[in-house]
Amino acid sequence: MSEPKLIKTIKDIPKEELFAPGHRLCAGCGIPILVRMVLKAIPGPKVVVTATGCLEVATTIFPYTSWKVPWVHNAFENAASTASGIEAALKILEKKRGGKNAKVIAFGGDGGTFDIGLQALSGALERGHDMIYICYDNEAYMNTGIQRSSATPAGASTTTSPAGKVIPGKLERKKDLIGIAIAHGVEYAATINPAYPVDMYNKIAKAALVKGPTVLHYYTPCPTGWRYDIDKSIEIARLAVQTRIWPLYEYDHGVYKINVMVKRPKPLEEYFKLQGRFRHLLRPENKWLLEKVKKDVEAQWERLLKLAEVS
Amino acid sequence: MKAEVLGRGIRVGMNGNSAVAYAVKQADVDVVAAYPITPQTIMVERLAEYVNNGELNAAFIPVESEHSALSTCVGASLAGARVFTATASQGLALMYEILWIAAGLRTTIVMALGNRAFSPNINIHCSHDDAYAARDAGWIQFFAENVQEAYDLVLQAFRISEDKDVLFPSIVNLDGFILTHSLEALNVLKDEEVKEFLPPKDPVNPIDPDNPMTYGPLDLQDYYIEHRRQQAEHFKASYPKIVKILNEYSEFTGRKYSPVKTYALEDADIGIMILGSSAGTVRYTVDRLREKGMKVGVVSLTLYRPFPIEDIKKVVKGVKVLAIMDRSYSFGSPGAQLYMDVSTALYNLRERPLLFNVIYGLGGRDLTPEHVELIARRAEEVAREGEVKETQIWVGVRE
Amino acid sequence: MAKWRSWKELPIANILPTPGSSAEYKTGSWRALKPILYKDKCIRCLLCWVSCPEPAIDRLEDDYVEIDYDYCKGCGICANVCPVKAIEMVMEE
Repeated sequence: MSEPKLIKTIKDIPKEELFAPGHRLCAGCGIPILVRMVLKAIPGPKVVVTATGCLEVATTIFPYTSWKVPWVHNAFENAASTASGIEAALKILEKKRGGKNAKVIAFGGDGGTFDIGLQALSGALERGHDMIYICYDNEAYMNTGIQRSSATPAGASTTTSPAGKVIPGKLERKKDLIGIAIAHGVEYAATINPAYPVDMYNKIAKAALVKGPTVLHYYTPCPTGWRYDIDKSIEIARLAVQTRIWPLYEYDHGVYKINVMVKRPKPLEEYFKLQGRFRHLLRPENKWLLEKVKKDVEAQWERLLKLAEVS
Repeated sequence: MKAEVLGRGIRVGMNGNSAVAYAVKQADVDVVAAYPITPQTIMVERLAEYVNNGELNAAFIPVESEHSALSTCVGASLAGARVFTATASQGLALMYEILWIAAGLRTTIVMALGNRAFSPNINIHCSHDDAYAARDAGWIQFFAENVQEAYDLVLQAFRISEDKDVLFPSIVNLDGFILTHSLEALNVLKDEEVKEFLPPKDPVNPIDPDNPMTYGPLDLQDYYIEHRRQQAEHFKASYPKIVKILNEYSEFTGRKYSPVKTYALEDADIGIMILGSSAGTVRYTVDRLREKGMKVGVVSLTLYRPFPIEDIKKVVKGVKVLAIMDRSYSFGSPGAQLYMDVSTALYNLRERPLLFNVIYGLGGRDLTPEHVELIARRAEEVAREGEVKETQIWVGVRE
Repeated sequence: MAKWRSWKELPIANILPTPGSSAEYKTGSWRALKPILYKDKCIRCLLCWVSCPEPAIDRLEDDYVEIDYDYCKGCGICANVCPVKAIEMVMEE
């Protein structure tokens, strides 16, 4: 495997923009921060596949497109399988007729990845296609109006898991996407966060150079769905890491590494009180759920520490 | 009727699945992405063997479902590859939403369909449910009557789909088990002959990092209907090129291919229209009925979509009664699918045959010469009475 | 830009052969608040440039930045991340 060009500071991030403004993503949306970074961190020719969702819908309203690379949208649950077909075709055509190859990048929201798209992702990972799969996780089906997904964290209020008088929000835990990827034998998987841009860039660069499937899980602040003041996207993203509810870590060829070691976590209440989807957890009648969430966050952190220790 | 050795090629014995796989191999396909389902499994297995033995230089992608199979094919076709897939019944139903996308994005995928009945109850034998289910989505559709046709139509399908005046994906239908698993004699072309008829794919607007395009954007109310209209007009306009290529292949091989096939129809009062392998049974019965003095003939369709409206109008001129046989059923419809297609095509003619619909063969129920004679006699009765009292009958059912 | 009217004029296959054409859609009209950059305070850390969703912040040759008001939606992320408060959000006229 050739060595990735890692950076030390933001200044080293390439200037070229392969993603044009004028798209209709919400003001303050975390998704395009990811897209701009991905297109900069991955060198050479690229092809992007995107599942139906916020990113696809808002950036390609005919006759406008924000994409300056070849971009394919097929359906909701098949970003990974469509990407598989492109990857295999480019590879065989290069072999048979000297065609041009390109790195295949698949974007899916948490809906198109954790839920309806999980089978296609599983198949693509198992078959070992050379692609980088990036899930932009805004923790609900945002494009259709904030319905819960299996990536919605426990305690969050969504339209299909509303904080009601009897059931105060989503009770189920968030699925472990990185764990699922590792279980498929993926050699590199990592969480990335827009409040840590240098870390994000380097992980994308590393993942892109692996010859095989890699999975990146991106924390996507969503002002519309999470109900916070729109300028706070990066602030909330940093708090997510600093409260340990979203650990920043990577799995690199068998070794778990926690990239931001949070020795003294900020209290989760600070994170929850900024977002309308969580504020009900701070009410006395919901204390039991708040405690349960806190316990789960700690348990997840301890588990990660142990994994980092033994690997 | 005696069997004849027809046209160019080397005489071999193969079942439908093997013949299709052989044609795909000779077509030097680039990508195969398919999920096994009875009765198509042998096709997929054969192709995996060819690839792993180095006989076919293609990417064989063992996808994890039919929905992923067609999704993968769409990606591969957009990337410029010659692509093949195959499925049946439930598998086609599972990939249904992608059928429309594959056609709308003008991919050139060729799919073989081992026609099999829809559940419930689960049945692995022949109905045309799956073929009909695809009919609105914008795929070119062929029906093979025997293994020779299955082989020939797959080769023609690649050439037709990839033609710059066409650019639509196509389906070759072959009856499940009856053709997929039956050993028949056929003539296969030499590899060089296939290469002569079918050069490598020259893709239109393939994915190209030096020429970045957006494939599959979103349409609001201001563009969707124009996009659909364009696709509709292009699909209609592809008809002459389809016929041209069928003719070219006919000349190349000496085996005649055209959208509509007729047998003993020129002076017939009664016509029986049918798709797929049972056409053979109908022709066999028609020979016997002709001996008894009945003026009866057969119409079968090799091309089902785009529907050969003008050709059908021409061949049924003078026919008094046409029995339209459907190997499927459409609940709550005025008739089954082929019946609806034909009656719509003929409706505005001043002079047109009386029509009735026959449901037969579902779930692999055999169509016998006795059934065919029953249908022909009924058609005679309708001709005598001058009216159709019952528009739809079923044959071969224990009442 | 080609404003395709008739179905006959549309590119085939629902394709868009115009990369980056969203730049013709000026989302600057979305703003309620507007960022004002005080260049003398700027330390050229580029955090605003990397965090802008549009992007509506151009990175200049010398690593100073310039706000592109054609596209800026006024989200205020730039003002929020700036470590020296060199960007101030004011009401749009």
